[in-house]
Amino acid sequence: MLVRTTEIFKGAIIMTLVIGAFTIGLILSLLSMGVWISFRILRYCDITVDGSITLGASVAAVLMINGWSPWTATIAATLAGGAAGFATGVLHTKFRIQELLAGILVMTALYSVNLRVMGKSNVPLINVDNIASPAAGMLTRGTGGADSINILGWPVPIPDAAMLITVLVITVTVALIIRRFLLTHLGTAMRATGENPQMVRAQGVNNQAMIVFGLVCANALVGMSGALLAQYQGFADVQMGIGMIVWGLASIIIGEALVAARCTPGLALLGAIMGTILFRLLVAIALRWGLNPNDLKLVTAVFVFAALVLPGAVKYFVQKRTKEKIHD
Amino acid sequence: MINIRRLTKTFFPNTPNEVQALRGIDLDIPEGCFAGIIGTNGSGKSTLLNAVAGTFEPDQGRILIDQQDITNWAEYRRASLIGRVFQNPFAGTAADMTIAENVVMAMRRGCSRGLGLALRRSVRDEIADRIRSLKMGLEDRLDNPIGTLSGGQRQALTLLMATWLRPRLLLLDEHTAALDPKSAAQVAELTLEIIRREKLTALMVTHSMQQAVQLPEHIIMMHKGQIVRQFGGQEKARVRVPDLLAAFDHVRRREQLDPAVAEILGRQYV
Repeated sequence: MLVRTTEIFKGAIIMTLVIGAFTIGLILSLLSMGVWISFRILRYCDITVDGSITLGASVAAVLMINGWSPWTATIAATLAGGAAGFATGVLHTKFRIQELLAGILVMTALYSVNLRVMGKSNVPLINVDNIASPAAGMLTRGTGGADSINILGWPVPIPDAAMLITVLVITVTVALIIRRFLLTHLGTAMRATGENPQMVRAQGVNNQAMIVFGLVCANALVGMSGALLAQYQGFADVQMGIGMIVWGLASIIIGEALVAARCTPGLALLGAIMGTILFRLLVAIALRWGLNPNDLKLVTAVFVFAALVLPGAVKYFVQKRTKEKIHD
Repeated sequence: MINIRRLTKTFFPNTPNEVQALRGIDLDIPEGCFAGIIGTNGSGKSTLLNAVAGTFEPDQGRILIDQQDITNWAEYRRASLIGRVFQNPFAGTAADMTIAENVVMAMRRGCSRGLGLALRRSVRDEIADRIRSLKMGLEDRLDNPIGTLSGGQRQALTLLMATWLRPRLLLLDEHTAALDPKSAAQVAELTLEIIRREKLTALMVTHSMQQAVQLPEHIIMMHKGQIVRQFGGQEKARVRVPDLLAAFDHVRRREQLDPAVAEILGRQYV
């Protein structure tokens, strides 16, 4: 009897872990898709992300505790993120500041902006309706007032399930919109901008404006991700953005390993989403196995480094080996 | 019609590396004329082409296309009037994107780009039809990344893209120089065919005297940032490679003389 209880307990913990990883993964997928747009489509290493995710979180949190609806707050956060991207884009294109420096400047400035927005370094969201509240209400009514629902045989608290469903719907919808956008005339031109600015200009596209627009889209997604993250974890914190760009990159790299590196926009977006979720699962497992949370960012950075360097290194050694064999 | 008036450009002014790339170029290319620019290395022929394309701002002078002053237009804005093919076969297309996606961008050259789906069925059929005319079998590979094509195929496609919407001016920057001889001949033939069929006004920079004799109907000879000689009409029809070489020789010999002497001799002999 005792063994059975421990098993149920263990299972519930694992289920919570998995649900949590999926939820955060889906929320951060918005961030990954944003990073994918700047990093892979525009080929612009935009580290504004570290600031704009916090900006999204703080804007949403402050608006929500002031009585705004979670949806309007999330949309406002998205627009705020877009504004941050606009700033970086203008610094880079109009004032000719190097792309990394433009991002660093805006990210640094955003730290103060975020503190101003929140008025303090941390805004808790206690007893405030969040974006998942309508779904939670429906689930409660649907189950006749139960406080948890059964997923794959394990009880999951209603709020967690509602949040998972809500972010799933949001992320999938956003991904479909981006995919559709990338297949339009404007989207096609944006994709070409990162690859061959010379060609794009010769086809009559203002590549500078395209970079600004792309950064607006990318950071708007990041801002939205921040707003959802704040609602999920129940607070916005001025430190929450640190290292987010690296998490985004790690997710994209994992995603590209799952789908082909060169592929259609739709598949690439799917890769980014799957990569983020898988990355969150790996993080959850690593933490469960006793990885010190303080080491997480170091491990992530090393992972990204390895993923960027290893393919080239492997190729180099393979070539060297075949050369040696020929010489033998 | 293209009118270029007193165009000058000096790179790195007031430094030891100062280069007077263009020294007062005056040039008129009538409607429907296919002109070729030849010249030694550093003669300013590519600079002249880039000035028209809008890659940089000239120090002085004006550039007009069909009476429209485009001197202050940004490069991307000039694309509404100008189609371009570059020397590097990889410069004119986006390698990771498909053939169809590349072409569809050219179908909107200089037009607004909205949120309409780029590759509708009818558009795809139109692309396939027109690409079939290249006779390279590319119409069956519309969804392949353009990076999988050879340099010659990419250059042929770039040419097709540059002329998809009839440009007021076609700029060709040594567009066959980086190709193997067979592809170069193919692209050259295609160039002539398109220019004749569409009656395009075109400006081509070339390294090859042979090509200058064969393709364009007007030859502009440049040296040290100036136009030193032009061959047009009947004279162009008669001119052969040795004549061009002799003309260059003449320019070089005159250059070695004292400028004052050169002027006197020039008045007597040229």
